[in-house]
Amino acid sequence: MEAVIVNNLIKTYPAEKKSVVKALNDISFKVNAGELFGVIGPDGAGKSTLFRILTTLLLADSGTAFVDGFDVVKDYKEIRKRVGYMPGKFSLYQDLSVEENLDFFATIFNTSIRENYDLIKDIYVQIAPFKTRRAGKLSGGMKQKLALCCALIHRPSVLFLDEPTTGVDAVSRKEFWEMLQQLKKQGITILVSTPYMDEASLCDRVALLQNGAILSIDKPTVITAQFNNTLLAVKADNMFGLLQVLRESGLAANSYPFGEYHHVVMKDNISIEELGNYLNQKGCTTVNIQKANANIEDCFIALMRNE
Amino acid sequence: MTNGKVITANKLTKKFGDFIATNAISFEVSKGEIFGFLGANGAGKTTAMRMLCGLSLPTSGEATVAGYDVYTSPDKIKQSIGYMSQKFSLYEDLTVKENMRFYGGIYGLSDERIKQKTQDVLQQLHMEASQNKLVKSLPLGWKQKLAFSVAIFHEPAIVFLDEPTGGVDPVTRREFWEMIYAAAQNGTTVFVTTHYMDEAEYCNRVSIMVDGKIEALDTPINLKKQFNANSMDEVFLQLARKAVRQAD
Repeated sequence: MEAVIVNNLIKTYPAEKKSVVKALNDISFKVNAGELFGVIGPDGAGKSTLFRILTTLLLADSGTAFVDGFDVVKDYKEIRKRVGYMPGKFSLYQDLSVEENLDFFATIFNTSIRENYDLIKDIYVQIAPFKTRRAGKLSGGMKQKLALCCALIHRPSVLFLDEPTTGVDAVSRKEFWEMLQQLKKQGITILVSTPYMDEASLCDRVALLQNGAILSIDKPTVITAQFNNTLLAVKADNMFGLLQVLRESGLAANSYPFGEYHHVVMKDNISIEELGNYLNQKGCTTVNIQKANANIEDCFIALMRNE
Repeated sequence: MTNGKVITANKLTKKFGDFIATNAISFEVSKGEIFGFLGANGAGKTTAMRMLCGLSLPTSGEATVAGYDVYTSPDKIKQSIGYMSQKFSLYEDLTVKENMRFYGGIYGLSDERIKQKTQDVLQQLHMEASQNKLVKSLPLGWKQKLAFSVAIFHEPAIVFLDEPTGGVDPVTRREFWEMIYAAAQNGTTVFVTTHYMDEAEYCNRVSIMVDGKIEALDTPINLKKQFNANSMDEVFLQLARKAVRQAD
């Protein structure tokens, strides 16, 4: 069964001089019940607009959407009972304590902390030592954990997390994803948006979103397997110089920095030897070339170029 | 400058009451170097950067930036540096050209110089056609690249970049780093923080702060050797996991 169904959603915002910005440009997809589904894209791709429409906080211009079988327009009250939503901006009551916030959200949804404690226990114990502290005085990582607890306290069937890891350091990001894996085991459908491409591999399926359109949607391993060209990882002594030489070479379809190496998308019928010889000829020193496997970021870059 | 060192810090410390935000950090940055300043949230990066930018007085220790002492010449430091972050960069209600005019004026550039620089920057960014557009109407990627150009508009000795690429698409993120490379080749020293560990690899040297102290400082290659790690991500995780204190 599908937990989320999106059909031809379009949402525009007015812009300067009577023009419009297309935040969502006719997108359609489905999310299966129990899936951990990632919406991956940069700022301005349309991630928050999509989540706000699905959580009944915003109306689309056209198209339809269903969450847990209910229409986001007609059945908005039903949907609000069933979804948990953690917005990108911290939106709890800053002047209430940790415990008061949690109690408040439980009461609003006609439940109690005790009733659903098992669901949030693993997360809540980490902030429990600070339960009398005002939410506004918590650190970033703890605010995030409290917000997640509040979004879960009514045991939602679908959880929407809008950029939960933005601006969060690598260690806290890793911990957050471990929490999501635990929640998934409880049978909750999770839609999570992120600008970090490396988080795609942690999702069951992902939609790559850019300028309001879906570039690709599938299992991360399927998307990366669809990368057709030969991809090489190349390094040399002067990396910035190497990049310029690669671009002038005419041997590569695209070259770009990729951590310790540059990634080079080869044109057809050009061998590693040919490239190696060219680079040596051009005076690059300590050249190291190896085959690389494309990851989601390589795919995103390639798909953006095809746009 | 002190022996070609554009930044020197010696046991630089900042306390807030009993809390030691930055705990006796010592390092040097050379002219034209790209220096990555990493650490988990709450490790003390922002406090250290504020001291180096002349915005906050240290509790103890010494530091010079562009040859000026952080205690006695914070105003001289402010004139010698550029600054940009993801959060603060440009005035959204001014046009592209007006932002450059404004920042050029703030840093005391002559009208003639501002005119010339404006043309140069517009050309470099291929933004001639957008020069009279309001900054808020530009795509995020353009804004970030423009913000960087404006931060180095007055050709400072050093530019401080605080998470400059957050939320930017992968193509623009790389174009941004190519601008950083180019600035460094022209002799600008770049001091940069980031949460993207692949970007740590683009730095000449990287320092990693844990609980207010610098726990590691070397080239990315040497750090990976030292920690027996395959990537900077692994190095960072090994160190940041040791942190005791809470973020922010």
